[in-house]
Parts: sequence; C-alpha cells; structure tokens
Amino acid sequence: MLWTRKDLLGLEYLSAEEIGLILDTAESFKEVSSREIKKVPALRGKTAVNLFYEPSTRTRISFEVAAKRLSADVINIAAEASSVRKGETLIDTGKNIQALKADIIVVRHNCSGAANMLARSLDVSVVNAGDGWHEHPTQALLDIFTLKEKLGKIKGLNVAIVGDIAHSRVARSNVWGLTKLGAKVTLCAPEMLLPPGIEMTGAGTSSDLEEVLKNADAVNVLRMQFERDENTAFPEQLDYFKKFGITEERLARAKDNIVVMHPGPINRGIEMSSGVADGKNSVILEQVTNGIAVRMAVLFLVSQARDASRSSDA
Amino acid sequence: MSILVKNGRVVDPSAKIDAILDILIKEDKIVRLGEKIAAASDIVIDAAGKIVIPGIVDMHVHLREPGREDKETVASATAAAAKGGVTTVLAMPNTIPAMDSVENLELLKKAIQKDARINVQLCGTITKGRLGLELSDVAALKKAGACAISDDGSSVDNAELMLEALKRAGVSGVLTICHCEDKVLSGKGVVNLGFTSTRLGLRGISNASEYERVRRDIELAARAGSPVHIAHVSCRESVEIIAQAKRSGIKVTSETAPHYFSLIENEVLGYDTNMKMNPPLRSREDLLAIRRGLQDGTIDVIASDHAPHTENEKDIEFERAEFGVVGLETELAAAVTELIGEKVLDWPELVRKICLNPARILGIERGGLAVGDYADLAVISEKDSWTAAKESLISKSKNSAFLGRSLKGLVDYTVCGGKIIYQR
Repeated sequence: MLWTRKDLLGLEYLSAEEIGLILDTAESFKEVSSREIKKVPALRGKTAVNLFYEPSTRTRISFEVAAKRLSADVINIAAEASSVRKGETLIDTGKNIQALKADIIVVRHNCSGAANMLARSLDVSVVNAGDGWHEHPTQALLDIFTLKEKLGKIKGLNVAIVGDIAHSRVARSNVWGLTKLGAKVTLCAPEMLLPPGIEMTGAGTSSDLEEVLKNADAVNVLRMQFERDENTAFPEQLDYFKKFGITEERLARAKDNIVVMHPGPINRGIEMSSGVADGKNSVILEQVTNGIAVRMAVLFLVSQARDASRSSDA
Repeated sequence: MSILVKNGRVVDPSAKIDAILDILIKEDKIVRLGEKIAAASDIVIDAAGKIVIPGIVDMHVHLREPGREDKETVASATAAAAKGGVTTVLAMPNTIPAMDSVENLELLKKAIQKDARINVQLCGTITKGRLGLELSDVAALKKAGACAISDDGSSVDNAELMLEALKRAGVSGVLTICHCEDKVLSGKGVVNLGFTSTRLGLRGISNASEYERVRRDIELAARAGSPVHIAHVSCRESVEIIAQAKRSGIKVTSETAPHYFSLIENEVLGYDTNMKMNPPLRSREDLLAIRRGLQDGTIDVIASDHAPHTENEKDIEFERAEFGVVGLETELAAAVTELIGEKVLDWPELVRKICLNPARILGIERGGLAVGDYADLAVISEKDSWTAAKESLISKSKNSAFLGRSLKGLVDYTVCGGKIIYQR
C-alpha cells in the first residue's frame, strides 16, 4: 500500500487501507517522542505553515510539535477570517504562503470545505486541522490510534460517541474512520443534536445513554458548547448533564475496561464529571501524546506523496 | 431585408406544426411558411437536418443592470441570450435600485434601448425596495411597461400584504411571480437539508421552506382571484401542491430551471460553489418529480434563473459564496440533453415549455412561427455535442453549473425581429 494523496482533507475520502497506513506509520513515529533526542530528519528542509482562522491551542501546538520532531521549519499564522471585498481571500492567502515556497499548509477554519477549497487551488500539501462542522481527520485518527492501542483492534468494537453530533467535525471524522475500519458506532445525543441522514454512514443513533453504555467498548465524549449564534433548539445545560453527562455512576454499569475519550478541552461537570476525566478508564492525556505521532505520520505521508508526484511530473 | 430559412424541421405547437418546411421572413415578420418556397431573399439559411423553433422566451433572467454591471449588463446578457437561442427575456427586478418605481424602470429602459440585442420584457417589484413592507404602485409599473411583478430573491412574508398585492396585480392585468421561500425555515441554509448537508457540515435548506410558501401563495392567489406564477420549483411537494391547485381550477402556472431537472445534491459534495443556488439542488426523488411535472403539464415553463456573479463572489468559502448560476447559454442544451435525450419531452412539448407557454403566461406576442408572427427563431443542431467551459461562455460571469459537462444541442443561428443576431 502506497500513500498517493498530497492532502488530507477528511476520512470520508479515504479507504480503510489508507487509514490503516496512517495508523501504521504513526506507530513507527511514536517511539521518536520517547527518545532522548526527540527528532528525526524526515522533513528536514521542509516548511510547514499552521494557518489557523480559529483559536486553537492544543491542535496547533500538536501540529507544531509533530512538524518539529520531523525537523521541518514551522511558521504559525493566526489569521482573521475575511469576507468578500474585505481583506484577503482564503485562496489568496494560500497562494501567498505557497509563493513563500512552503511545502505544507495545516489549516483550521470555521467554514466547512475551507481545506477542500485550498487543496483544489494550491500545489502545496493541505492538511485539514478542522473545518466548520465538516471534518477534523487528525483528531479522529488519534482517537482511533489510541483505541487500537488500548483494545488491540478496531473491527467489531462497539464505540459510542456522545454529545452534540450535529455541530461536530470530530464526530463526523470518527464516524467515517471507525465505520470504514469495521467498528459499530452508536451516536448518542438528544434528537435535536443528531444531524439528518447520519445513519446513512452506517452508524446507529440513540437517545438512551444507559442502554448505549451497557454494550460500549469505548465512549468518545464530545465537548458541549451551549453558546451558539443559532436560533435552533438547544437543551438546558443542567438537563443535558442529567441525561447525557458521563458520571462515575453511569460508568459503573458499563464494561469494566471501557475506554473513555475526549477531544478536549473538557468542560468538567458538563459533559463529563471530574471523577471520570481523571479516572482509570480515561485515556484523555494519552490521546494528546498519540496526537503527535499521528500528525507526524500525516505530515510525512502527504509530503512524500507530493514530492513523488512532483518528481514524476518533471 | 428578407431571410429564407430552408428545409428545417419546423416545430411550432401553437400552430400544430412539426414538419420540414421553409420560412420566409420579411422585415420583422414571418410572411410565408410552406414547402419549398421559391421566393428570392437577401439571405438564405440552410437548415437541412436542423431544428427550427420559435425564439426562446426566458421568463427568469437577472440582467444585473442597473447597479451590478461588474456581474452582467444588458449588452452582455442579451449577447449571451442570443448565443443560447433566447430572443425574449423577462428582466428580474432585484437590481440596484430595484424596479419598484416608474423612475427606476426608466433607467433600465434606457439601457435596453441602447444595448439590448433581443426583446427585454420588464418586471416590477411587488414591494418597495423588495423589503416586503409597502406595496409598489403596480398600476403605474404596468403603465411604464411592466408585464409582471416579483420580489424575486425574497418572498413577501406578510400574508395580508401579499393578498393585497395579488388583488391589485389582478386588477391591473399584471402577472404576480412568486419566489417561494420561508426564510424562517431556510435560515442560513446553503445546501439541501439531509445526508448531503450532514456530510458537508453545512446548514441545510428543507423542502418545506419552499413548498409551505408555495401552498400559501397559491391559497392567497385563489382568494384574490388573480393569476400567480411560481418561480424555480425544485422539490416534489411543490409539484404536488401545484398539480392539486391546477386540478381545482386555480389560476396557477409554474416554472423550473435546467439545473433542477439535470443535477442533484451529490454535485455539491466537492464544495463547488457553481453548484450553489437557491433553492438548492435537491434529491434524485425531487429531480424525478420535476421531470414528471414537466411531462404532465404541472410545470408549464423552463426558465434559466440566469444569475451572474463575479469570481470574487464565487471563488470563496462555500457558505459565504453567492447563490445562483448563469444559464442563458446552456438552458437549451441542458433541455436537449436531459429531456429530449432521455425521452422526458419531445420537441413540440419542449417548445411549449421554453417558447409558447412563457409567452402566453406573460401575455406577449411571441413564441410561435405562424405567418404574421414576429420573426424570432432559433436554428438548432440537435445532435452536436459540446462541453461547457468558462472560455466558451460569453456572459460576463462564468458561474455555470454545467462547466465541464458534455451537452448536446448547439444553436446555429438566432434570428430576432427579422435580423440574424447570432451565427455559430
């Protein structure tokens, strides 16, 4: 299996084999971070630009650490989203970065499809670090990597994703990745937070957390955001915690070795109690560590594929 | 000046003609129609093997002049129309300023007089500034030349006001055209609501936001006793509601656009903003319902909803890009490819949808090829295929949903008012 894509835009677009290749590559990169000298020369001489239109600390830092451990030069740009006739367009910004001879743009944007648009317009590699409600592929990859590390496999696992599925790019990427790898995914949320047609991905849906947790091998708990510009219906915060909060009592009725994940940052006491976040089933900090290996793998693979296609064009 | 169009397959359902005939044009009228006309003429068009139809009457076109001449002008739009076989358009009134007064209509009329290469019919607004708050003076708009009113791009939310608008339009003999959209329901949606909006992570637009307003506007028209025309029908429920209204004798007509019988929501999956229009591309089921509606007469008209936008307004993030696509140069080919090619309609039926019906609905003397009719016609090579490309479009804007698509049907000649205004 050879990786041939210059970009990583979403897990919907990948085959199970391609996802497997990223995971395998990540596994071999994981060891780098435990060395005395945490660096390999795989991307020496390459420039990676983190172009972030949304505030983000952990994803941006994770990408930066990953690129640096591969010996790439890293530039961070915190950009202001611009509209028509006001400031530079996304494509113009991308073209300017490309003109600086950057090799990879890691982009985070509040508009769904922003990474797709950049990738279409540019020759540099584009890695999606989260676009609107669309996808956040590296987050899902690190979730899957962690799960595989903990439980030894993905195929056949019952994975619950709990929270605001409708507005979550993390949920979408996880659904695509996990279903392609053969896991049984159940999305658990109040009806109003399930997006239409989501069951067509192969994932099941439920509003009964107790029932879902009974069978789950793992639960991925999404961050809840109650402040939104929408006039759509939204559950009351306290009511939500009562029905969908992950607590010690609920976990006590789940499988003993259930894996509890969260993409962070956690709202303690809203989607998850402190006891669970810090408890024996939680792998939240391991997810952060694995994020580096997964992002190293992604940066390495897209960069290699771009080099290969450029040399064959020449 | 005389033109003899020889040996073409002349299709004119208003005169029940579908035969190989010659057409003799003198000045701006058709003077003879028959087999092997031997008369001398200044110009002879050899139409052997080609189809001759009345010039297309496109009752939904945004010329963008006055106000947004960077997108399109009367000159560029009517040139594009000529290339597409279109000889009459109804100019949508959402210009800057909007066509809500005689004074503003005069601005447009000046531009038409100066630059138009085809017939341009005028459409006023239903409300002042298209704000839905205060009615325009429909009698005055009519006097200044408007044959229809529409707040296209918006619906009049206030039902009482809409009822009054329909009543007054009826009294003035002006057609009311409705853009049916409940913006409370469509909200900030940008694509069809469903699995597509979920996959893309974009806000959805439900069928209900369209058909609930179709239902309301038809009910209001029935109460007012005035004719109503439903613009750009995109979904199956709207087709059903219109069919029922027609069966119960309400004076309702409707139109759809080529993208709604050619394309479905899957096209949006790559975030191509040339697939972004309002209403959005719908499901396969909706497309099939639109085709059935065209077949059974529920949908009377095909109109382009030609909506030019600059690259700056389209080549940006999907949710920020403007809604709308150009269509004057591709509507005939889309219909030939998707409707004739797939046996949804035959030629006489298609000519009804693009020539005869819109002319009748607007009450204008076009859409036929009988002796005494205006010499507006298009000569078409039905089987010639071509690929729509930015470079091949002469419209000022290139935001076509058909770019890169192989289409059948090319216009060889367009004649308008007895003059050849386009030749391939």
